[in-house]
Amino acid sequence: MREYMTTRDIVGPLLLVENVVDVTYGELVELEFPNGTRSLGNVLEVNADVALVQAFEGTRGSNPSETKVKFLGRSLELGVSKDMLGRVFDGLGRPRDGGPEIIPEKRMSIYGQPINPTARDFPDDFIQTGVSAIDGLNPLVRGQKLPIFSGSGLPHNQLAAQIARQSAVLQRGKAADEIGEPIEGEFAVVFAAMGITFEDADFFIDEFRNTSAIERAVLFLNLADDPAVERIATPRMALTAAEYLAYEKDMHVLVILTDMTYYCEALREVSAARKEVPGRRGYPGYLYTDLATIYERAGRIKGRKGSITQVPILSMPDDDKTHPIPDLTGYITEGQIVLDRNLHRRGIYPPVAVLPSLSRLKQKGIGPGKTREDHADLSNQLFGAYARGLQAKELAVILGEAALSDSDKAFVAFADAFEDRFIRQGSGEDRSVGDTLALGWELMALLPRGELKRIKDAFIDKYMIAEEGADA
Amino acid sequence: MEQGRIVKVAGPLVVAEGLVHSRMYDLVRVGEEGLMGEIIEMRGDRASIQVYEETEGLGPGHPVEATGAPLSVELGPGMLEAVYDGVQRPLDVLEHMAGAFLSRGVTAPGLDRDKCWEFVPTVKAGDQVEGGDIIGTVQENAVIEHRVMVPPALSGTIADITAGSYTVTEPVGHLSTGAGETVDLIMMQVWPVRVPRPYRKKISANEPLTTGTRVIDTFFPLTKGGVACIPGPFGAGKTVTQHQIAKWSNAEVVIFIGCGERGNEMTDVLMEFPELVDPYSGEPLVKRTVLVANTSNMPVAAREASVYTGMTMAEYFRDMGYAVVLQADSTSRWAEAMREISGRLEEMPGDEGFPAYLGTRLAAFYERAGRVHTLGTEAEREGSVSVVGSVSPPGGDLSEPVVQNTLRVVKVFWALQDKLAYERHFPAIDWLTSYSLYLDKVTPYWNENVGPEFRARRDRCMAILQRESELAEIVRLVGLEALSADEQVLMETAKSIREDFLQQNAFRDDDQFTSLDQQNRLLEMILLFHEKAIEAHGKGAALKDIFAAPVRERITRAKYLNEEQMAEFDEIASDIETQLVGDGSDEEEVVVYAGGER
Repeated sequence: MREYMTTRDIVGPLLLVENVVDVTYGELVELEFPNGTRSLGNVLEVNADVALVQAFEGTRGSNPSETKVKFLGRSLELGVSKDMLGRVFDGLGRPRDGGPEIIPEKRMSIYGQPINPTARDFPDDFIQTGVSAIDGLNPLVRGQKLPIFSGSGLPHNQLAAQIARQSAVLQRGKAADEIGEPIEGEFAVVFAAMGITFEDADFFIDEFRNTSAIERAVLFLNLADDPAVERIATPRMALTAAEYLAYEKDMHVLVILTDMTYYCEALREVSAARKEVPGRRGYPGYLYTDLATIYERAGRIKGRKGSITQVPILSMPDDDKTHPIPDLTGYITEGQIVLDRNLHRRGIYPPVAVLPSLSRLKQKGIGPGKTREDHADLSNQLFGAYARGLQAKELAVILGEAALSDSDKAFVAFADAFEDRFIRQGSGEDRSVGDTLALGWELMALLPRGELKRIKDAFIDKYMIAEEGADA
Repeated sequence: MEQGRIVKVAGPLVVAEGLVHSRMYDLVRVGEEGLMGEIIEMRGDRASIQVYEETEGLGPGHPVEATGAPLSVELGPGMLEAVYDGVQRPLDVLEHMAGAFLSRGVTAPGLDRDKCWEFVPTVKAGDQVEGGDIIGTVQENAVIEHRVMVPPALSGTIADITAGSYTVTEPVGHLSTGAGETVDLIMMQVWPVRVPRPYRKKISANEPLTTGTRVIDTFFPLTKGGVACIPGPFGAGKTVTQHQIAKWSNAEVVIFIGCGERGNEMTDVLMEFPELVDPYSGEPLVKRTVLVANTSNMPVAAREASVYTGMTMAEYFRDMGYAVVLQADSTSRWAEAMREISGRLEEMPGDEGFPAYLGTRLAAFYERAGRVHTLGTEAEREGSVSVVGSVSPPGGDLSEPVVQNTLRVVKVFWALQDKLAYERHFPAIDWLTSYSLYLDKVTPYWNENVGPEFRARRDRCMAILQRESELAEIVRLVGLEALSADEQVLMETAKSIREDFLQQNAFRDDDQFTSLDQQNRLLEMILLFHEKAIEAHGKGAALKDIFAAPVRERITRAKYLNEEQMAEFDEIASDIETQLVGDGSDEEEVVVYAGGER
């Protein structure tokens, strides 16, 4: 075992260790501080006989002359087993719930390996989240990564918990106008908390417990008072567990990562301590690449049954979507669900701002056989009409309601009804996609038919009349 | 070959000593696993190497082996339909070798060494040939005939050449050079990626590259050999626009580089292209496509190399005489890879941490595009490489260095706007800020092949859209009624241009492709309505009746017509005529009478 007491400098979370031999990049390190506490770290850089070590649990209590640094000759690993389900771990994968250690079936490097693009299977199974604002307009599909862009004080946790609780995959509909039934399946939730408060974490644990979802959940918690640098490892721990469950145990895994903002801040802390050239707002220039190594671990692989769907949550500093974290995230993920403070203030839950929200994979996940033939056209029309309604409302603010044309008035009425009935729903309300579409058609009836330019005539005849008939 | 030792490892950058005879940009093999790397800086006998694979587990003392050659690609039959990573490793082959995940150190040659191709010579023994001359052909697949060329630097007399079935490394014949040497002629050429392939001369790019996307073809055309840039905040539909061009453009060969792209998006391309039918040949689109996929989570140094790998392949097909379109999505990720490597080299940063040579590199890359007369004795063989580079400006901020440096060199700018995307106006190309400097160059082609009125109609529509944006301010403040009748008609026409022409649904079978002819007819129709509306109003018809004319419904749906239904445009035109101003003969059909109330 190669153990050294040759630390030269300690700067923030970093230690510079001299006179080392045979140290490799990325190697796992065990540190023992003068007071006997042990913690883990890894090698960030090695230059001749000098190694730069990042201490995951901070450097408090260490000093250069008495700290023992042991190089373990392997990278940071997670011991995985199906027994992880139902358990709570800390940010480095050690049990936190007082339960016994996991007897691992195998050990996996937490850094994973990129999926070969040719081995990927395209995500095209619709996931019914039971939330109209998502299912109707920005649907989530299996293997997708769809973050929630939120801000402080917004109910992103409730929404994420609701998605985790309600998510179901549908059977293939037999006909273009038929929606399949939800399938019961091997479904698991992997939850990684990075820097969130005890209360937020407790909310999730309670939610999982109350719905007995905890039995099929694995939780990794790094809370606000846990070491910041440990957060760099936490999402990778979670994704390693997810990859094991998905690709080796054939489970469909939903990974919730919250809050990515704190993760990025931990990365910035290390980067600053290394005196690297900063990119925008002090975040390191490799933030994009680093985030990609997390988000890109979502997906499906040809010939394997399981899948990994990611819902990362990030709070946008000052609700600013152009901040580097949401910005770079949006470039990697397949869309985003944006929460809106105005809707929230008006008491609308979930406060999903549907216009800036987007699901890039929706074209593949909806339509005949998956949901229903009219889904794509209907959602386009709902988008267009809502956007026009909001524009007309703005106009009304300047000119007064009276100045609006009749059709503009219809759009304003539509926009209000849309927010109040379509977007708004209870946090325990699980709407089937059929209900969501029916609601959409009901709202379409508020608009003159001539304005429904984005829907094929055949669908209008079929579904609009059916709705009117049903009403009558 | 000489061997050195690693002294330092920092992420994708490795420093090695003892490589005194290696040169800048030479390829080296790093560590016991022989990971690919490229020398990018030399100080004394220390070489900084960017490694194309994950460097975890490397440490001081590990070996580095020089290869004495620069990073190169293999060019020859077998590239089409392949999927490569940024340094031309065939990903489908790696999948067979190592499974679903990319493991380190696993590699395979870019061209299959075992596959035999039917070679048919087009020259005979005794013929004089020089670099670039075609010596034979291989029907690579149903769509593309692969033309085997003499490598650029070689010339001489064909000693022998025989038809038959060969692998890419077997000699198909021999060449006697002027110096009296005899050289094997093989189908494969190896070319260093950072060196542009030579050509005889560049010529003006004046033929449009049609894409079937109306806003592009009519308003902001690209040419064969031209360069375009699509910036766009995320979610504005940049990728969809690029896919549309790959699918529908009239280029013969498409090189698609996913540079730091999403894995799932690349999969979409990989799964969709084999199924999509190329509208020009009726064969799967993938048969004229080479894919270079270096997704965002694959090693960053290989991402840096990927654009050069793709460009070299594009130039090779150009040299055969093909029109090639190269799409790089996204060049911002390429620039970021440069920034990351530059940071690790501890270079003095320029704007926003990007290296000071960012502008030079971008310009040099785009300049490799163009329409050329290729090398070879044959008179005026013409080939072209068009480049469509996407940029992903952080926060949609177009003043950032990558966009600004790109705009200095590209001639076409398709400005995607997220505001349009929110309104589900797709493609979300903003007609007011986009531009094409090729407009005057393609006008002669339009005059000859589309119609002499096309350019004028396009300009008229552009002027209407421009005027609309000015009037929109007034409308916002005081309402539509404050405008004069003609201006109200203009606002309505502008709306019609936007909705009935510019908006195009890439996912609708009957809307994704529109021929230039149909684009011309659509403009004609919209402008006819405009004219007749003004005329009708002049004769006393009420505006709201004009705008409510039943023919409007047909105008709205005219973009969905197909090539066989062109006659409908004549019917629509006569409807406009009769419904708006009437011809006085058949009063029953006249809906909006001249003279208004009756």
